[in-house]
Amino acid sequence: MAIVETRKLTKEFDGDVRVVKDIDIRTSDGEFLVLLGPSGCGKTTLLRMIGGLEKPTSGQILIGNRVVNHLPPRARQIAMVFQSYALYPHMSVRGNIAFPLKAAKVDKAEQQRKIAWAAGILGIDTLLDRKPRQLSGGQRQRVALARALVREPNVFLLDEPLSNLDAQRRASARDELQLFQREIGTTTIYVTHDQVEAMGMGHRIAVIDSGRIRQIGTPREIYEEPADTYVATFLGSPPMNLIPRGDDLVGFRPENFHLATDAVDAAPGLTFELTSIREEYLGSEKLVYGEVEGIRTVARMVANAALPALEGGSITLSVNQADVRIFDRESGLRRQPEPVKITSGASA
Amino acid sequence: MSAPVHTAGETDKRYLLDNERVLGPLMLFPAVIYIVALVGFPLLLAILYAFSNVTVGDPRISSTDDFVGFDNFRDVWNDGVFRKALRNTIAFTLISQVFVILFANILALVLSADFHGKRLVRFLVLLPWTTPIALGVLGWFWMLDSVYSPIDYALREAGLLGPDSVFGPGRNMYWLGKTDLAQAAVVVVHIWRILPLATVILLAGLSSIPQDVKDAANVDGAGFWRQLWYIRLPLLLPIMAVATLFSLVFTFTDLSVSLVLTRGGPVNDTQVLSTWAYFKGIQGGNLAQGAAIALFLLPVLVAIAIGMLRLAQRSERD
Repeated sequence: MAIVETRKLTKEFDGDVRVVKDIDIRTSDGEFLVLLGPSGCGKTTLLRMIGGLEKPTSGQILIGNRVVNHLPPRARQIAMVFQSYALYPHMSVRGNIAFPLKAAKVDKAEQQRKIAWAAGILGIDTLLDRKPRQLSGGQRQRVALARALVREPNVFLLDEPLSNLDAQRRASARDELQLFQREIGTTTIYVTHDQVEAMGMGHRIAVIDSGRIRQIGTPREIYEEPADTYVATFLGSPPMNLIPRGDDLVGFRPENFHLATDAVDAAPGLTFELTSIREEYLGSEKLVYGEVEGIRTVARMVANAALPALEGGSITLSVNQADVRIFDRESGLRRQPEPVKITSGASA
Repeated sequence: MSAPVHTAGETDKRYLLDNERVLGPLMLFPAVIYIVALVGFPLLLAILYAFSNVTVGDPRISSTDDFVGFDNFRDVWNDGVFRKALRNTIAFTLISQVFVILFANILALVLSADFHGKRLVRFLVLLPWTTPIALGVLGWFWMLDSVYSPIDYALREAGLLGPDSVFGPGRNMYWLGKTDLAQAAVVVVHIWRILPLATVILLAGLSSIPQDVKDAANVDGAGFWRQLWYIRLPLLLPIMAVATLFSLVFTFTDLSVSLVLTRGGPVNDTQVLSTWAYFKGIQGGNLAQGAAIALFLLPVLVAIAIGMLRLAQRSERD
């Protein structure tokens, strides 16, 4: 187990393209930290620097309170799972899992014991003699995890390990992976561009944009108390509504946008006229699209909510004051209520 | 209701080339002509000649009397020079292959790394392959000249050649005049000739190993040698087989190196099947025996061709 920390970590390519800028992260021991951002935001580069596959331009990387900048990947006590799984195609599953053990000169009997243990945890005991090309995507992913697990590393680095699975398989793999991480309790850094994976699996999420960290916090903090308009609109689907009011942007989630008639409770709030509405029925809920003062705005409602107007008409909706987040129109930063906390230290 | 503008027949004609059963044979036709005219026909002719008594002066087969059965093969086999040529062909090919594969692996590994001037070095490595083979061998012929060899000059200047020195006492090595040196020279020129091709093939193979796999091996704790032996070389094996088969064919059938460098000498010690077939069949005028000698290349070439087809099939399957 170990704490991973980066201090002012920066990576430049070809002299001036900065893909990672002054990143400060500190995990807690055994934490599942997700690096979330769109493709090209620098999250994979950050992960590869922690793994030692990429040299930082400046800044420090610490694993277990020890600076590891100068250490090659194999000396860092880490294990990595790649998006492509990167299994060795010419080796059997057993050979793949044994490879890191052989490299560490573990004796034969111990190798067998550890292979059996890792294969048992991941449920691939029956696949040990197959070649990677004979496995399904989900099985390959488990083999990659077993190969990472068998070394009992201090840190797991996972680079979009679920993105090659189909949607159904991904949901169950998400669940298994989270269970697996909680069970073995190894500090894990997980890179993804998928907010559902990030929200569902992480103890904390670091939202990254253009090589910078926008916010680090628990999934709830990130979702409910976004630090700026980028985080507010990157998470949530559909994203947070933002309506200009003077120098401010008034932000609220679609699910907090109620029909005004429902708001019999005395809670103070804001009321908006949603014009030229259009409904999207999604089974368990429905989305009502429209415009507020010319800005595209969405409300999320229960599927059987009766609207007082037909398609193309106008309805009045309101949002409770407690659900409103005010951002600065210029900088995009949160103004009201004061951001609770922008966590950068340990929290789990 | 108006009649359709095109009748079925017209439509068929307009889309004739969309039909694979028409387009396929049409596209294949030139290749088939080429193979029949330039490979199939000469091969048949060679086989026919090998069982006949034709000479350069009388190349006609006019009656069944002109067929002599296995006489040519028997005569050729009983000739000491032929045996020497056969032995040399096999030995030169195998020895040069070993070095080619070894050096090509090393070169490919070095050239796949990032360093300053990589492009220039790659260019230089490839240069021998782009040189016409006869010209390249001519260059070597001058390098190994019995009197003016620059190698001899360098050795003399370094004090290694001449009276009272390691390679002395003569002032020249006579590279192409002594059996062992001449044979070594032929092998070296073959290596020099094939190495660029093998290196480029292996380089392509190396770059086809996914970066993720190399990264994974790195993270998994494998050092340079472990990665080389357990990851890179095994993954390179299929492409190495391709390189080997190619260079086997080139070396085994080569005429130019022995012909230009030594003309088979000294005393037939660097004679190979192709040069011997040429000397016997074209220069000596015994077309039938020349054809018989050349046909001894066939079994090996057939085996290599089968090997290549197998490899191609396997890569299609995977």
